[in-house]
Amino acid sequence: MIELKDIEKTYEGPDGDVVALKGINLTIESGEIYGIIGLSGAGKSTLIRCINMLERPTKGSVIIDGEDMTSLDAKALRDARKNIGMIFQHFNLLSSATVYDNVAFPLRLSNTPESEIKERVEPLLELVNLKDKAHQYPSQLSGGQKQRVGIARALASNPKILLSDEATSALDPQTTKAILSLILDINKKLGITVVVITHEMQVIKDICDKVAVIENGVISEKGRVLDVFTNPQQAITKEFISAIMPNELPREFSGKTISKEPVPGAELLVNITFIGDTADEPVISNLIKDFPIDVSILYGNIDHIKDTPFGRLLIGMTGDISAIGDALAYLRSKNLRIEVIGYAS
Amino acid sequence: MPADLMDLIIKALGETIRMVVCSMIAATVIGIPLGVLLVTTAKHGITECLPINRILASIVNALRSVPFIILMVAIIPLTRAIVGTSIGTTAAMVPLTLASIPFIGRQVETSLKEVPYGIVEAALAMGATPLQIIRHVYLPEAMPSIVAQLTTVVIALVGESAMAGAIGGGGLGDLAIRYGYQRFRPEVMIATIIVLIVLVQLIQFAGNKLSKHLNKK
Ligand SMILES: Nc1ncnc2c1ncn2[C@@H]1O[C@H](COP(=O)(O)OP(=O)(O)O)[C@@H](O)[C@H]1O
Ligand SMILES: [Mg+2]
Repeated sequence: MIELKDIEKTYEGPDGDVVALKGINLTIESGEIYGIIGLSGAGKSTLIRCINMLERPTKGSVIIDGEDMTSLDAKALRDARKNIGMIFQHFNLLSSATVYDNVAFPLRLSNTPESEIKERVEPLLELVNLKDKAHQYPSQLSGGQKQRVGIARALASNPKILLSDEATSALDPQTTKAILSLILDINKKLGITVVVITHEMQVIKDICDKVAVIENGVISEKGRVLDVFTNPQQAITKEFISAIMPNELPREFSGKTISKEPVPGAELLVNITFIGDTADEPVISNLIKDFPIDVSILYGNIDHIKDTPFGRLLIGMTGDISAIGDALAYLRSKNLRIEVIGYAS
Repeated sequence: MPADLMDLIIKALGETIRMVVCSMIAATVIGIPLGVLLVTTAKHGITECLPINRILASIVNALRSVPFIILMVAIIPLTRAIVGTSIGTTAAMVPLTLASIPFIGRQVETSLKEVPYGIVEAALAMGATPLQIIRHVYLPEAMPSIVAQLTTVVIALVGESAMAGAIGGGGLGDLAIRYGYQRFRPEVMIATIIVLIVLVQLIQFAGNKLSKHLNKK
């Protein structure tokens, strides 16, 4: 478990101090993938670097499995760091060492015997699918392959925690997907705690269990990814989400007035969100059968938040105002998230 | 070419090579750690220590601002104390070494600064000690650049050794001055110049080859 308590970080700059973190409190449970999202300059890197003390917090404590990282001496800190792997946006591989030697590097630092190193490095190269590249140099690899080396290297010392600072930000979308699924795979197989920094909501949606949104050095919103996605509170969170899940009305509604109050003859637009396998009751079918209204489906899609199916349906209901009211009450009584957009006319 | 000239040149070349190689080895042994310290003790370095950094930087600057010919004369007492005499090839190695140490220090510093800090940071994140970072990150990552820089130092040493030769150090410089200039034998002068050109070309060629071979970027 990683506990960040009242973390503050001030950088002394040439033109005055920069307050990068202002009172961060965060608890990351063992085995989960925790995402931290924010715009550039929000303080994400500073935050993740405080976890392994690459950046020393100005105030506050970082407690990993009960041990306060801020109180360790140099030697104890080096030992503690061996339990924390880290991957970087620009990979930071040794250009003068082969893939094999890069992965072996953390083990050599601990004076591990070569035979043991071999036993450890080979399965890791297999895990990241780079066995055939063992004797190549990083310059001969693609970005995705370099990051795989980075991941294998980060795992070499068998860490309990993996820190990822924008590990996919330099990669194309397809490679990003592959690297993310590798991280997810590693998290499942090894039960390693993963802290992921990103500026892309897609990364959070694909692999994270929990998310914290950071803005100007402050966490503005945090929680389970499903909750944050289905019920975002802050404007910045909504913006991040709408970047990957556009929530606009179909074009034919652009000229219409949308009223929150019932308007006779208007079409009530409702967004229905299904989470997980809530589809055990034929809700739409019942809606049409049991209420004297017409229902039209305007938009629908199914997506996943990590492993959880996540469906969205935009429907329009027309008919008698009271019948529409009853239908809406019926929808609300189900285990669905209902968002009433308004009466379009 | 007369046989005596051939013998003279071979002997002088041997002396020059001995001066350059020995001085280079001695200067590298001290200059590389100096360059490393200049980087690691600097602000945000892995063993940041600004007082040491400032002292080292001032010594380097002071030594580098003295022209070689003056340094050589100025340290004659030191040379005598170390090798017992102030003339001859062995004596010439003292000023040659002393002049090359700060040169190498600065060159190595420049090379190490080119190593992306991210790699150093990755090593820190793995729990590497400062010594491990120097050994496993800074030096191997900078090696192609260090070799290229040291090649320049060797070439500079060939030139300086000729100067040292001119005041009694032996070697090609001595030959050119004594025979070519003082005894009016222009063919000696020309032969010496050709040998020097070839020597410098060979050094540059070998340095380039080695640097390229080491560079995996
Ligand atoms: N070493 C540093 N010295 C001074 N200011 C810094 C330093 N590192 C980061 N900052 C500042 O701290 C703030 C947060 O930076 P950072 O954590 O890198 O943000 P992010 O990773 O979210 O883009 C920025 O305003 C940045 O300019
Ligand atoms: Mg960053």
